[in-house]
Amino acid sequence: MNQESSSGLECPKPGWFQAPSGNERTWIGMAVIWCLILSVMMPYWHFRGKQNSTGEAYRVKPADFVKRVEAFVKVNTGEESLVEDGIAPVVPAPPGEVYLLAKQFFWFPVLKLRSGETYRLHISSADVQHGFSLLPMNMNFQIVPGYDHVLTIKPQAPGTYHIVCNEFCGIGHQQMVGKIIVE
Amino acid sequence: MNTNSDYPKRICSTTGFPICRSAEFFVKANAVLGVVFLLIGGIAAILIALTRWQAVHLLPVDWFYRILTLHGINMLIFWILFFEVAILYFVSTTLLKVRLASRLTAWISLVMMFVGAVMVDVTILLGKADVMLSSYLPLLAHPAFYLGIILVAVGTLIAVGNYFATLYIAKKEKTYEGSVPLVVFGATAAAIIAVVTLLHGAVVMVPTFLYSLHLCPQPDPQWYRLLWWGLGHMSQQVNVCAMVAVWYLLAAITTGAKPLNEAVCRSAFVLYILFINLASAHHLLVDPGVSAGWKIWNTSYAMYLAVLASMMHGFTVPASVEVAMRGKGYVRGLFGWLTNAPWRNPGFSAFFLSLLIFGFIGGITGVTLGTQQINIIAHNTLRIPGHFHATVVGGTTLAFMGLTYYVVPLLWRREYILKPLCRLQPYLFGIGILIMSFGMSFAGSMGVSRRSWDIDAGGSIYGPTAHLFLALVGIGGTVAFIALFLYVGLTVGTLLFGRRIAAGKSMEDWGTPKVLSTSPGHDHVAPAPGFAGGATVAEAHPTQGTMVLAVIFLLSFAVYYFANWKALADVWPVR
Ligand code: HEM
Ligand SMILES: [Cu+2]
Repeated sequence: MNQESSSGLECPKPGWFQAPSGNERTWIGMAVIWCLILSVMMPYWHFRGKQNSTGEAYRVKPADFVKRVEAFVKVNTGEESLVEDGIAPVVPAPPGEVYLLAKQFFWFPVLKLRSGETYRLHISSADVQHGFSLLPMNMNFQIVPGYDHVLTIKPQAPGTYHIVCNEFCGIGHQQMVGKIIVE
Repeated sequence: MNTNSDYPKRICSTTGFPICRSAEFFVKANAVLGVVFLLIGGIAAILIALTRWQAVHLLPVDWFYRILTLHGINMLIFWILFFEVAILYFVSTTLLKVRLASRLTAWISLVMMFVGAVMVDVTILLGKADVMLSSYLPLLAHPAFYLGIILVAVGTLIAVGNYFATLYIAKKEKTYEGSVPLVVFGATAAAIIAVVTLLHGAVVMVPTFLYSLHLCPQPDPQWYRLLWWGLGHMSQQVNVCAMVAVWYLLAAITTGAKPLNEAVCRSAFVLYILFINLASAHHLLVDPGVSAGWKIWNTSYAMYLAVLASMMHGFTVPASVEVAMRGKGYVRGLFGWLTNAPWRNPGFSAFFLSLLIFGFIGGITGVTLGTQQINIIAHNTLRIPGHFHATVVGGTTLAFMGLTYYVVPLLWRREYILKPLCRLQPYLFGIGILIMSFGMSFAGSMGVSRRSWDIDAGGSIYGPTAHLFLALVGIGGTVAFIALFLYVGLTVGTLLFGRRIAAGKSMEDWGTPKVLSTSPGHDHVAPAPGFAGGATVAEAHPTQGTMVLAVIFLLSFAVYYFANWKALADVWPVR
């Protein structure tokens, strides 16, 4: 802000290296404080908040994961009367390990969970990458083949929830919708 | 100045800068190709925007995904890279008054980039690469797709090398004294980041290319994601850097602005270089196998030091305009400097709208969505395109459009045709992008996924409100497309039919603020006509107006940021 200043098109005059002053200095101070608040929020929420993505995951061969899902469904399939759309919802006993498979272009199986209970939900893919988007809450996680992505979740209210795939996975991508029923 | 500068050049009659003949050719060639790819991307844009508007639902399913792939790649990679290469050649040779280091290298780079881009586009249109811009493994495209991308990346790398060689020659031949001008400094920051970015690109694309030829085992998809975003996100920082450099340039030529404090501006560019390489992380916030601590450290770009840099530029750019305008006598009230700014000058309006859209929409949404936990309620929804159309389209692309309104008359020596339409174009584009970005962001907040041909394919999961917002995507997209088409049409029309500027004459003034005779004690440095001169500032002018804008910005930021934490707190507990 002095007579020496040159436009951004010219070489600066000697002695250009000066500390900021006036409003510019005040603004930089405000910006630094704001950035510190931004930085602190994430560790704070990590310890005190209830919604975190910790990235818990285990390596798994896609074929092995498919077997685990099948074994899980066999053990937990509910009564005949619950059959909906030809798929038996699985009723795992809480608190427990629950399996969900993403495959071009469906989610398997339909899960039936209880509100207020905690589950460890294992999700992985049999083929390409998929996106787990739980609606209407709008909770989103990436599903990558070879990785068993574990979400420790606690359903909050009874109802029927949709799982929409939100990572492009092929031309049938938009049809890839699954369900979680909470009672 | 050095006398040892006998390369073929002409002296620009508007600015007085020497223009290196060989650089001039490559600036033109790269800029024209950039605009061609912008047009291809734009035609793709209107097709997908009208498909996502479900009431119209234009394209069939396979073509939607194909054209979406085409759009992302032509816009984000081809248009931006070609234009950035043009900017690098232009600012280095003109502002440093030096010749381009190597014509041969510039040719090689140009041919590689062009051949690569054509290969990619043909492969996509033949339906052999329906994999999206990100082409996440294990989805696989035809080898020609990867090879094309590699050619473009290496070609760009060669151009960047040529730029550095030009800087070296300028330094060695002492064509300038002291430090390089700020605009060159910013462009250099962009070039440095580009090198790191393109190296990431090579590391990820070469094995993927070999895999597509069955010459090596499949790379791990999570490894691919990490490295791909080393390319994908960092390249966005190249765009930010280049855009900020263009802001300083346009601010200087349209209002005579001078940076308040060179040290601040330069430090901010250095912060970009140092911390941007961490940004790959914020695409992996809800990924498996990536720990929370790693995500937190990296997404904050180490405590948000790169965000700090943007906030510094975001203040200093408008503040320098304020000081320049006040220096010319526009001192009334808090905002007299702003209301009297040359809003009819498309160079100025494009620059200032770019600044506002980038800061208020792109910046605020970007930092918020990129917050580790908040990303849970945003990842892969339409909120993401809602964010980046405000940064790389409303911000970078609009700034580049503004620059064009000066580059074309200066290099091609032709006056723009249909000037009233040129003056309108930046507003139309800005408004269209704002409406579209707004529609995308709100639809995304309701859970509408990005990259989806039909949100009702699995039953009606979303209500009418989501459809309303998708209609806004279609409408805003149409407005933006019209403006984009206008930009291409006006520019190409000018190259063909624009009135020639006679030798020795300067370009017509788009409208630059005059010095008010009532401004006491400020003797005016006579500018070349068409360019805003600076006023010699006798005493410090206040920057109160910018400070008020900055505080409004910070408050909006805080409201949006904490509203998102609130929204996150309402979803199911998850770890
Ligand atoms: C007329 C202007 C434009 C319109 C109407 C437009 C519209 C759109 C639409 C509707 C989408 C699809 C969103 C989805 O379904 O996921 C999209 C995606 C995208 N756009 Fe644009 N866009 C425009 C300009 C640009 C520009 C100039 C750039 C870059 C410089 C750009 C970069 C992208 C990218 C990277 C994607 C994501 C592609 C993907 O998901 O793989 N757009 N755009
Ligand atoms: Cu899928």
